[in-house]
Amino acid sequence: MGIVIFDGVAYGMLLFLIGVGLSITMGLMNFVNLAHGSFAMVGGYAAAVLMNRFGLGFGLSLAAAFVVAAVLGALLEFVFYRRLYRAHPLDQVLLSIGVVFVSIAAFTYFFGPTMQPFTLPPALDGQVSLAGLEVGRYRLFLIVCGVLVLAALLLGLGKTRYGAMVRAAVDNQRVAGGTGIHVQRLFFLTFSLGCGLAGLGGALSLGMLGLEPSFPLKYLVYFLMVVCVGGAGTVTGPFIAALLVGIVDVAGKYYLPEAGAFLIYVFMIAMLLVRPNGIVAKKGLA
Amino acid sequence: MTTMTKRTILSTLLLAGFGLLGATAQAAGEPLRIGLIATYSGPYADYGRQFDAGIALYLKEHGGKVGGRTVEIIKKDTAGPAPDAAKRIAQELIVRDKVSVLTGLDFSPNAYAVGAIATQAKIPTIVMNAASSAITTSSPYVARLSFTVQQVTDPMARYMLKEGIKDAYTVVADYASGVDAETAFKKTFTAGGGKVSGEVRTPMNNPDFSAYVQRIKDAKPQAVFFFFPSGVMPPAFLKVWKERGMEQAGIKLYATGEATDDSYLDATGDVALGLVTSHHYSFAHPSPKNQKFVKDFAADNGAKLRPSYFAVTAYDAMAAIDLALARTKGDTAGDKFMDALKGLSFESPRGPVEIDPATRDIVQTVYIRKTERVNGQLVNVEFDKFERVKDPAKEGAAAK
Repeated sequence: MGIVIFDGVAYGMLLFLIGVGLSITMGLMNFVNLAHGSFAMVGGYAAAVLMNRFGLGFGLSLAAAFVVAAVLGALLEFVFYRRLYRAHPLDQVLLSIGVVFVSIAAFTYFFGPTMQPFTLPPALDGQVSLAGLEVGRYRLFLIVCGVLVLAALLLGLGKTRYGAMVRAAVDNQRVAGGTGIHVQRLFFLTFSLGCGLAGLGGALSLGMLGLEPSFPLKYLVYFLMVVCVGGAGTVTGPFIAALLVGIVDVAGKYYLPEAGAFLIYVFMIAMLLVRPNGIVAKKGLA
Repeated sequence: MTTMTKRTILSTLLLAGFGLLGATAQAAGEPLRIGLIATYSGPYADYGRQFDAGIALYLKEHGGKVGGRTVEIIKKDTAGPAPDAAKRIAQELIVRDKVSVLTGLDFSPNAYAVGAIATQAKIPTIVMNAASSAITTSSPYVARLSFTVQQVTDPMARYMLKEGIKDAYTVVADYASGVDAETAFKKTFTAGGGKVSGEVRTPMNNPDFSAYVQRIKDAKPQAVFFFFPSGVMPPAFLKVWKERGMEQAGIKLYATGEATDDSYLDATGDVALGLVTSHHYSFAHPSPKNQKFVKDFAADNGAKLRPSYFAVTAYDAMAAIDLALARTKGDTAGDKFMDALKGLSFESPRGPVEIDPATRDIVQTVYIRKTERVNGQLVNVEFDKFERVKDPAKEGAAAK
């Protein structure tokens, strides 16, 4: 029982780490960015390549993954995304799904269709005894990372001037602009932050999921689920949702392996019926 | 409107011209056209790449000729399992490109779809991978040079019994081949006195295997047999297997060769070490024929791309076409060609292979291998074998 919940929490943390960036772009900026997984993949490849070819440490590679994905996000925002902030959501879907297909083809071309090799650093390999449970070190590491990212985002959005400006711009762009907030630059930064977080999540997923060019489509449904169930535009919403999805998924597969794969979808439908706007439905606030 | 008509006239003229050209070329010994239906884009693009490399190597060794004729390979992409696309492509290849032989076919649904077309057009079709047992039963114009899921699963069950394992747990991916493996394993294993104490089917798109592995750990079976398609699933499963300390818990792990596919083995890494698998081809097969094959393959494609069982089957398919044409003296008519294929036996890089005259399916040696690190590379080292294994699914049907 204990180990099942622990595994679920760890898996949920991974979903949170990848999905929280999407909550920011989709919820705060009202942009339906289906290409979120592509930025996660960029981060994953950046980390894998740096570790395999250049022998960089795992910690530095994680930081690099964040930076690379954020820079690429900034570039794409500047060239494509900013033109569609006020466009119809379907146009945004079309653009971002296009980005997904282009990224899949590009990564297949440059890195080949097969998986990227990845070896966990010895410090994160194996198991460690925690309160009578033999838990995986890497999973423990994921939980720590998830909590750190959650804390950083809550502080950043709730307590800083930047966070206040973001919340203001989300509530009412025109008024925010009128008070002297440079909304376009703000969104540019926020979009890059969302992509950077995706990159970090993608790099952290290396120890659990296999990284190959079809990554952005394969796991898209999980990111969307976490954000929709949690409430787009919040940070705590996806956090709670990711934990629930993780625990329901792992527990379902453990106790009811015949039906386990479907349980999270049932859970998602039930949650959306009960709270159609997400667990934390208040936009912009934490 | 006028431009339209002009264009139509122009293309008609052009077509007529081509028709004439075709007619003259045929008289002067036109090339043998082979239609290759495979996956060149999307997540399974490696399959097409391996087929191409295997075919190119055979043609290079034989001066670009098969059965004394130059060969023209017409490649078509299905982008993965897409029976409708495969069917349309097969029709185009036969009607428009006038191919004499169809081949490729990495996915079973595609092979079934093409089989139906092959029957109508009486075009010999050689399956280079699709492993569903009934494909060769579905059309008299289909022969297979790859393997069937049952063919590699059954020897593993027999090997495990030989090792004294009485109690096994099966884990398979929830799709047609996974279910085939589960059924074949259970049949052989229980017939030999073993007991399958638990079985689980995992969804194809499963990011985290921890729940399944934990369940097995708590059930404490003597051994686990798993079947996943090659790609991301086996490494994800093996990672959790290692992390949970299953080996220390005394649970043995066995699989079919998809788990340690040579294309993915390097990327899978050390988690695969020590895993015992059953399959028909390892690129570390010690025969001189294979050593030459691997060396020439590396010379053409660089050391990074290993020949996988896809490449070796593509190579063998060309060899089979070559041998069959030698028997028919160059005649590619469907019935004659298929008769020539039946009972064909030759030495492949994987070892001796033959085509069963009754089923047009392959008969071959299935090896038991262990993943080891040799000269810094992870390879499947063969240490036991089951000779002349036929497709057990059809054996069973014949016995009934």
